[in-house]
Amino acid sequence: MSEPAPATNYLNWNYSIRSWLLTTDHKRIGLLYLMGVTFFFAIGGLMASLFRMELATPAGNLVTADTYNKLFTLHGVVMIFFFLVPSVPGVLGNFVLPIMIGAKDVAFPRLNLASWYVYIIGGCITLYVAVTGGLDTGWTFYTPYSSTYANTKVITAALGVFITGFSSILTGLNFIVTTHKLRAPGMTWMRLPLFVWAIYATSLIMVLATPVLAITIALIAIERATGIGIFDPAIGGDPVLFQHMFWFYSHPAVYIMILPSMGVMSELIACFCRRRIFGYSFVAASSLAIAIIGFFVWGHHLFVSTQSPYAGMVFSFLSFLVAIPSAVKAFNWTATMYKSSVSWQTPMVYAMGFMGLFLIGGLTGLFLANLAVDIHLHDTYFVVAHFHYIMVGGALMGYLGGLHYWWPKITGKLYPEWWGKFSALTVFIGFNLTFMPQFVLGFMGMPRRYYSYPVEWQALNVLSSAGATILGVGYLIPMIYLIWSLKNGKPAPANPWGAKGLEWTTPSPPPMHNFEQTPIVTEEAYAYGNEGHGHG
Amino acid sequence: MKHHIVPVRLYLGIFGALMVLTAITVTVSFYDLGFLNTFVAITIAVCKATLVILYFMHVRYSNKLIWVFAGAGFVWLVILIAFTLSDTMTRAWIPLPPPLPM
Amino acid sequence: MADSHGPLAHHFDSLEQQYESARLGMWTFLITEVMMFGGLFLGYVVYRTKYPDLFVAGSHHLDITLGAFNTVVLIVSSLTMAMAVHAAQEGRRARIIGYLWLTLLLGGTFLGVKVVEYSHKFHDHLIPGAHFQWHGAGDPVGPIQLFFGYYFLMTGLHAVHMIIGAGLLLWLIRLASKNRFSAEFFTPVEMVGLYWHFVDIVWIFLFPLLYLIGRHG
Repeated sequence: MSEPAPATNYLNWNYSIRSWLLTTDHKRIGLLYLMGVTFFFAIGGLMASLFRMELATPAGNLVTADTYNKLFTLHGVVMIFFFLVPSVPGVLGNFVLPIMIGAKDVAFPRLNLASWYVYIIGGCITLYVAVTGGLDTGWTFYTPYSSTYANTKVITAALGVFITGFSSILTGLNFIVTTHKLRAPGMTWMRLPLFVWAIYATSLIMVLATPVLAITIALIAIERATGIGIFDPAIGGDPVLFQHMFWFYSHPAVYIMILPSMGVMSELIACFCRRRIFGYSFVAASSLAIAIIGFFVWGHHLFVSTQSPYAGMVFSFLSFLVAIPSAVKAFNWTATMYKSSVSWQTPMVYAMGFMGLFLIGGLTGLFLANLAVDIHLHDTYFVVAHFHYIMVGGALMGYLGGLHYWWPKITGKLYPEWWGKFSALTVFIGFNLTFMPQFVLGFMGMPRRYYSYPVEWQALNVLSSAGATILGVGYLIPMIYLIWSLKNGKPAPANPWGAKGLEWTTPSPPPMHNFEQTPIVTEEAYAYGNEGHGHG
Repeated sequence: MKHHIVPVRLYLGIFGALMVLTAITVTVSFYDLGFLNTFVAITIAVCKATLVILYFMHVRYSNKLIWVFAGAGFVWLVILIAFTLSDTMTRAWIPLPPPLPM
Repeated sequence: MADSHGPLAHHFDSLEQQYESARLGMWTFLITEVMMFGGLFLGYVVYRTKYPDLFVAGSHHLDITLGAFNTVVLIVSSLTMAMAVHAAQEGRRARIIGYLWLTLLLGGTFLGVKVVEYSHKFHDHLIPGAHFQWHGAGDPVGPIQLFFGYYFLMTGLHAVHMIIGAGLLLWLIRLASKNRFSAEFFTPVEMVGLYWHFVDIVWIFLFPLLYLIGRHG
């Protein structure tokens, strides 16, 4: 290693495998998460490409119906529980959150390592399910199918999800305590970077919601193993109760996935517009508002599940409310960009992708929150397209943008800028080509989760599959050049973007304890001065 | 480090109160109070839990943050139960349509 | 947290900061516990409001004397746990160990009584599933099975927490006998104390919900 500045950093002080597997350093744990989520992303993507190939033709001819069911189920389980939920908090949150607040580590470093192992154990169990019989209930595990009729490995899969849930809980707990108790002197709440606010809000959801998922999934496994009949209508049980419990977690989980990326967005926009973020306190508060309101809307998943219409009205109204804090963020980002001199580097291109895709995803969500419209659109490709715009278009774009933004800090290397922009554009184009046709298909009534469909829908499905191919390439490119940059990239200076924030005041890669001395904070986040106002 | 040390006498007092409340809730359960049955039982349980939280768990002597965290779980549990009941309790208000003629 | 480096971990500036972090972390953990038990309470409430009479019929098969006895046992154990923390605050090692053993003994008593209760249910074929039998005339068996399902799930999850708590108490006793605690550092005792009290609170709700409400007879 020919690093300038300090000779030892968190990467090179010890090269042994043991020093990685037993590390309690939040930076190394972030990298362990990076390996984990990348692996599971590849697995989930592989499944998606298989069923997109199947859907290129109307007839079910590539895989059997059973296989198809298992493919989309495991795609959902893997992508949600093993990629989206841990991606930004596990990788970027672990790496930068403690540095951003001027701490030496998270509050409970050993717990942090434990949560990674818990995640990996849950992941291994899920992989075991994938190769030994699969799971065909859909990622939602709906009863009574999952508890009584499914012939696949429901109990083992439930165990995998149950275990991974604890990884999420422990991560959230760690970030909450870290943010409260380990801030450097002078780092007041109103000086926190918005990424920290977003991760904090996310952690609240993780802690409040995930335990309910754990007990729900455990009940499925217990019911299946013992016939105790908790959700079994035959003995008076209520399958809709399962849906309530499941969505009490799984709707807030959408915000677990998107909020961290929104935090990344705030960092990117401020940095590449050289501006103090417009309406800082509103953007910060909107993260908490999303986290809290997100708990009052789960019933919109049950509009057509014999849920009472009166509950439906309440949930519908509350679902519309979530649009407000989301819009507060979008408007404030736009206002920050307004008349600033934007530098179009790779992370900013990803950020713009996020803006466009999240906007479409969010607005189509309003269609679905509408009681009457949802009856037509429920369980169609419209829903599939909607949540992919949020989770892939939003969450994943934010994750990739953040990864590119902090990559020089994490690795001490610069990646090739041209390829970065190229990948961002490829992902954006491929994504829209994949999912825009699905809105149309859904509106025409194509139901989700079927492996064959009428001939008249083929053109749009072919478009979608073609887009998925471009999207796949778009994801492969960064994997290649980021890995390439590890060895061949130019050494990164401490602050390659000229950004504000404590993480840019320490060398790239940071020393073992982040800072030589505990920093003392004297200014707000994003103190960019007036550089951006030149055009006024 | 400064810690508030709760005097032993107070612990014993709280313990006594918990015992009395337990006796009351058991005794009351043998009388039919109509719709108050559930109300009384839950109210007494909430009182007992509050005593344990405030004194045995030292929340009474803690900063506001601990107060918020100690309360948050219970508030969220109420959200979970109340909104689910908003479905299950009102489902019967609209009768199901009759089965389709075959 | 008490490593060979002494009680203060490297990433904290002071014992005070470390203690406050541990306490906030423990309370956050207890939130997750509330929500986890909460899933079971939710199901119980939903089904109780749906089948009030049948749940009452089911609760008549629970032994109110044993339930009340166990309630008293747990509250006493909470007192002894609080006293153990008190002793730790004053740095009195022998007393810590004494109170911890007492707490453990009471926890064991609770679990013992629970085993007796479970075996009665087993004897009366009240375990939900294929072998469930109910002799009440005219009662639909299904919802009563739900009642016992929730009885076993809730008390079972509670018992699991008691067993974990017993393990934690043994761990504390070991640390205390190695003289790891002092008036300056007793965080583990206090944290396990919070956990133990929480488990007590769960029972404070389970007892009236399962044994008492609608009993009057």
